[in-house]
Amino acid sequence: MSNDNASSKEKVTTTDEFIKGLWKDNPVFVQVLGMCPVLAVSNTAENALAMGLATAFVLLMSNILVSLLRNFVPKQVRIASYILIIATFVTVVDYAIQAISVELHKSLGAFISLIVVNCLILSRAEAFASKNTVWKSIFDALGMGLGFTFALFCLGAVREILGNGSLFNISLFSEGFQSWIVMILPAGGFFTLAIWLLIINGIQTRKTKS
Amino acid sequence: MNTESLGTIFLNACLVNNFVLAYFLGICPFLGVSGKMETATKMGAAVMFVMLISSMCAYGIHAFLVSIGAPFLQLISYIVVIASTVQLVEMFIKKMSPALFRSLGIFLPLITTNCAILGVALFQTNKAYGFLESIVYALGAGAGFTLALILIAGLREQLEFADIPKISKGTALTLFIAGILSLCFMGFAGLGA
Repeated sequence: MSNDNASSKEKVTTTDEFIKGLWKDNPVFVQVLGMCPVLAVSNTAENALAMGLATAFVLLMSNILVSLLRNFVPKQVRIASYILIIATFVTVVDYAIQAISVELHKSLGAFISLIVVNCLILSRAEAFASKNTVWKSIFDALGMGLGFTFALFCLGAVREILGNGSLFNISLFSEGFQSWIVMILPAGGFFTLAIWLLIINGIQTRKTKS
Repeated sequence: MNTESLGTIFLNACLVNNFVLAYFLGICPFLGVSGKMETATKMGAAVMFVMLISSMCAYGIHAFLVSIGAPFLQLISYIVVIASTVQLVEMFIKKMSPALFRSLGIFLPLITTNCAILGVALFQTNKAYGFLESIVYALGAGAGFTLALILIAGLREQLEFADIPKISKGTALTLFIAGILSLCFMGFAGLGA
């Protein structure tokens, strides 16, 4: 959240708001927010993508509404009202996914409902949407949402390729491929994310050095 | 109704399907508060208490919502109950022990967004647990959460002075430890069967 203060002081365009979520302030790799769904449903690329898009949708809608209401909600009850707004949209998404694909709904399980407590969404509502115009909030939400989806996909793809030898259920290797079961298991989630963080950290340190 | 015994439910929630290490719930406080043993223990206790209260409330709410035929309100009412429970706990701790209140700081209100608590409420509804089973389930989940938090806090305290590569400092290292712990906890599989 502290990163916003620095960037909002300078004059930023809407494109900057959009880009920052994708890379510089990536919610997963840089801010380490919303870890629970990241680790839990990233065992296949398909699940990861669905989860990312669902979260992005909730983020977008709640950012718009919070930003529209920012002058009407009393300060004391703002967090409670944000949570109610978020919970409403999550319920919508939950029922929508159930209508689109029962199978997907089953494999994501309770984690769709758990989008409510994704700290990423609440932190964007509190740190950005409650202080900025609707237009800017939309771009912020789009950037953050896509950044989140991108990160989830990075994890999901690696875990599915190594753990199952496939990507989007399409087999990549020949028969002899011995899959790394551990990558599908919870431990694999921790390890994959840790390695991604190492890579990102490495790139950042190299950048600051040069 | 299901046929698991109370002991099995407790063991399953606490060890076999540990909320942090197998379900990835409550990772945020897990990464945030696990730096020090003492805060980790207190945080665990607070979370366990909130879990217990909200699990009991969730049982009642679910029964009520089903009887009036409005299950789509489930999520919203759960989160409201959790938020108010946290508020109550906050006021209670502030009154009884100001010192503890200060040491927990910002993490106390953040319990609201701890997915482990909402997770307990949702899972017990999905599994159609009765009242007593719900309580045991919440206790087991809370104990498991506290256990994982204490384990990782101890490990992190030990690693404070270890000589590790610069890029692996911070979250990456904690995640590696969590991964190894998660592997260890797989050893409990089959225990509660």
